[in-house]
Amino acid sequence: MTKHHVETTVNGNEVEFLCATEQTLLDVLRDELYLTGSKEGCSSGDCGACSVMLDGRLVCACLVLGVEAQGRKVETIEGMASGDTLHPLQQTFLEHAALQCGICTPGILVAAKALLERNADPSETEVRFWLAGNLCRCTGYDKIVRAVLDTAAQMRGATSKSGKAAKKAVTEGA
Amino acid sequence: MASVILSGSLQQLAGGDAHVELDARNVKQLLRMLSERYPELAPHLEQDSFAIAIDGEIFQDVWFAPIEPDSEVHLIPAIRGG
Amino acid sequence: MNDMIIPDLVERELKVVGTRPLRPDGMDKVTGRAKFGADMHVPNMLIGRVLRSPHAHARIKSIDASKARALKGVKAVITADALCDLPSEFVPAGEMMVNFRDITRNVMARDKALYEGHAVAAVAATSDAVAAQALSLIEVDYEVLPHVIDVEKAMQPDAPLLHDDMYTIGADPKPEKPSNIAKRVEFGFGDLDAGFAKADVVVEREFTTKPVHQGYIEPHACLASVSEDGQAELWCTTQGQFIVRAFCAKLLGMEVSQLRVTASEIGGGFGGKTVVYLEPLALALSREACQPVKMVMSRTEVFQASGPTSGAKLWIKVGATKDGTVTAADALLKYQAGAFQGSPVQPGAMCAFAPYELENVRVIGFDVVVNRPKVAAYRAPGGPIAEFAVESVMDEVALKINMDPVDFRLKNAAKEGTRAPYGPKLGPIGLVQTLQAARAHEHYAAPLKANQGRGVASGFWFNIGGETCASLNVGEDGSVAMVVGTPDIGGSRASLSMMAAEELGIPLEHVHPIIGDTSSLGFNFLTGGSRVTFSSGMAIVQAAREVIEILRDRAAKLWEVPMEEVEWVDGHARFTGSGEAKSLSLVELAKTAGKTGGPIIGNAAINATGAGPSLATHLVDVEVDPETGAVKILRYTAIQDAGKAVHPSYVEGQMQGGAVQGIGWALNEEYIYDDKGRLENPGFLDYRIPVCSDVPMIDTVIVEVPNPNHPYGVRGVGETPIVPPMGAIANAVSHATGVRFTDLPMSPPRVLDAIDSNQAT
Repeated sequence: MTKHHVETTVNGNEVEFLCATEQTLLDVLRDELYLTGSKEGCSSGDCGACSVMLDGRLVCACLVLGVEAQGRKVETIEGMASGDTLHPLQQTFLEHAALQCGICTPGILVAAKALLERNADPSETEVRFWLAGNLCRCTGYDKIVRAVLDTAAQMRGATSKSGKAAKKAVTEGA
Repeated sequence: MASVILSGSLQQLAGGDAHVELDARNVKQLLRMLSERYPELAPHLEQDSFAIAIDGEIFQDVWFAPIEPDSEVHLIPAIRGG
Repeated sequence: MNDMIIPDLVERELKVVGTRPLRPDGMDKVTGRAKFGADMHVPNMLIGRVLRSPHAHARIKSIDASKARALKGVKAVITADALCDLPSEFVPAGEMMVNFRDITRNVMARDKALYEGHAVAAVAATSDAVAAQALSLIEVDYEVLPHVIDVEKAMQPDAPLLHDDMYTIGADPKPEKPSNIAKRVEFGFGDLDAGFAKADVVVEREFTTKPVHQGYIEPHACLASVSEDGQAELWCTTQGQFIVRAFCAKLLGMEVSQLRVTASEIGGGFGGKTVVYLEPLALALSREACQPVKMVMSRTEVFQASGPTSGAKLWIKVGATKDGTVTAADALLKYQAGAFQGSPVQPGAMCAFAPYELENVRVIGFDVVVNRPKVAAYRAPGGPIAEFAVESVMDEVALKINMDPVDFRLKNAAKEGTRAPYGPKLGPIGLVQTLQAARAHEHYAAPLKANQGRGVASGFWFNIGGETCASLNVGEDGSVAMVVGTPDIGGSRASLSMMAAEELGIPLEHVHPIIGDTSSLGFNFLTGGSRVTFSSGMAIVQAAREVIEILRDRAAKLWEVPMEEVEWVDGHARFTGSGEAKSLSLVELAKTAGKTGGPIIGNAAINATGAGPSLATHLVDVEVDPETGAVKILRYTAIQDAGKAVHPSYVEGQMQGGAVQGIGWALNEEYIYDDKGRLENPGFLDYRIPVCSDVPMIDTVIVEVPNPNHPYGVRGVGETPIVPPMGAIANAVSHATGVRFTDLPMSPPRVLDAIDSNQAT
């Protein structure tokens, strides 16, 4: 069985791997590159635990073949923080207790980041429908939705003025 | 004498006795006395998982939990949970 | 016994307990660093896979694995022979009594496959692809047998028999023939006939519920490594590494201490990860191959072969006087156990009427085997099923006598001193407070529009204690490593380290919790029964007090004063005798520990008792679309007695998560079988758990009626939140439509049928 040689970019790093035709991008990330932050909950695109960005588009890594990553840019949860600075979503999820077991958290964070990149001021309904492909069985989604809305407010505040007012609102809303 | 209450399925195995007075000072003594008095109950006391409620507080697998002379004791199935 | 733990701190001013700090394991979980069951890779690792029965009920005449064994890359093939056959006896496994005969047969079928998905063989190979190919080469000769899926059909005398040696326990007279009824249980007291004779109104109804899966997002996964000398290591996602050790050691014929089990981060359990499936198989494969073996279930396997909770057939009858006093309550519960006995009908029967103070009550329950996967615990096991039916009938009784459903519950509410239907008197509980909070809540008075309805229901769960160990190791810099033996599913490392910091009087950031493996602590019962913050919290408090004793002793020696003149306040030893004030911090005392007597540690090993039941009342508003039958949850308020909320955010999280799981149970989730007994919806597309856009915000009200048996007044909170939702939603849908709903789930086709047939009559 001949494997394919694939060159791609993962979280800004150029990487190469060999993969079988039937291996998914999720298999490759987890089992070849040891980036296990993307989770496998169903392997049928129904749970969103493997959400990653492929050339700036939100996808379920279990529905993409490893070979399809050739020449493209993959972003995973492992690349979300810069150095020791968390992405505001990561920080706000912690502050809001927006995770319990944490298995869905990487996928939800990646998906939420994709939402905020295209819509800086989403309504609660928009957040709920955007995240409808990411299952969480622990939280009932309440604190997740609040954390996304508060992060959006915080990031809008940060881009406009100081961001302190938004940060304060987050704490009070907790 | 502590007042020991048997209900439902346990009552059947104890020949229909719903209530028995036993001079037991702790759970282990109580289980031994019940087994002696009701041989049919004995294997169930050994095999099934039982909890003992002493004056309303539930003890699971605590042989030396004290029983006072005026205590009301219930044998109930052990609770597990998810 | 917990003699050392005195409820003296409830009144104390608390600095950490009750606040909302960041959780200690949070950083790993938002960065993808946290290692779950399937995230471990080790050198020389093989991949294991399971061959499963395609039949609901079949005799296994022979298994020929020779072709699979001959395939290049296959390193081990096992069938049931690789595990010990164990006699039918109940053996203690920690606090649980389990029948190992059934466990060994459930993880790998012997003689008969009893449900679709039942494991019959397993392989380990150098890659997943080779393992999959090997499975296809195993030849199993089945004799397909008649099967039975429905609980009432399984109880018929002519039903296909799953186990020919099963005689109903608890039946009077003793049965002469075997049947699928494993057990009959009965609870209650008083005179039902007299009670019903006094009633002005009697409501009697039948209900059905479907099996529903815990639906944890992380499939079962493990990695086993058995060395040539029989020493073994197992990494797995579980609610109880010590229970896994006990089960696996028994099934593999090992000493428990030969096997070191490490619990990975766990991606949800809800009771479903309290038993073993893959773990003994991975160990047996690794033992045969002398290489590490990793196994991960697919989502299909999770649905087909890991435990859902029971589906059930229920009958409830309640009588009340016009003034709202319940005079008698009677129930008959028939729960599916799956292929082996052990449905949660017993706790279900005990809980059914537990929120009520009753004079005349009876509950009879049957545990019935059927050709479905063996049920596993699911959050307040048994309670939600029975209480759904009871809360529906109570609502109807209140309606008939024209009484507000909250007032009706308040009039009959169980409280301290109430004799529970299962016998003993209840200690202090907070049901009345949750009902009062519901009545006072703005939600309860908010207006409703056409096609909308409001429902209310209460719920009870016992909570448990159990065997628990914990260690606090004070480092030479005064930081504290905390080791507990209960896997953290929902934030317990936060709540437990908060109690340690509170006791020691040190900043929370200096307490660093880990979940110990089975060789690092004494036996711990599993994370379940809402016991961890209660039991491990008790152990932590005891260990912290041991540390404080040592610290006081060291300070006393340094100051050359009697220990009685040294107290521990705010993280410092303080001299209380006459003369110059003296003070030494934990950091200072830790620095010199080596010279003052050696390292400072505190250990606790207890069997925690005195768990306090947690009660809840939920309010829900729904809107029913009369065109499609779809039910939308408009508003939801969950009110619960937590005893003491150590970290209120995670208590709220339990309440919100339980409510939404309950919404799924009420509206969508069910196992659907075809006529051959095969599961038709083993995936998240067709087994639809609630998604983010299905639900509104879940408002919470935490009531705190302290549990007098815990140093901080803690009750368990994790399970009770799933008890009230189904009743509350069924009541709301009934009020919105004018039709009483008795069958779960209330999915659009069922709701539409009910509306249509009501209009037709």
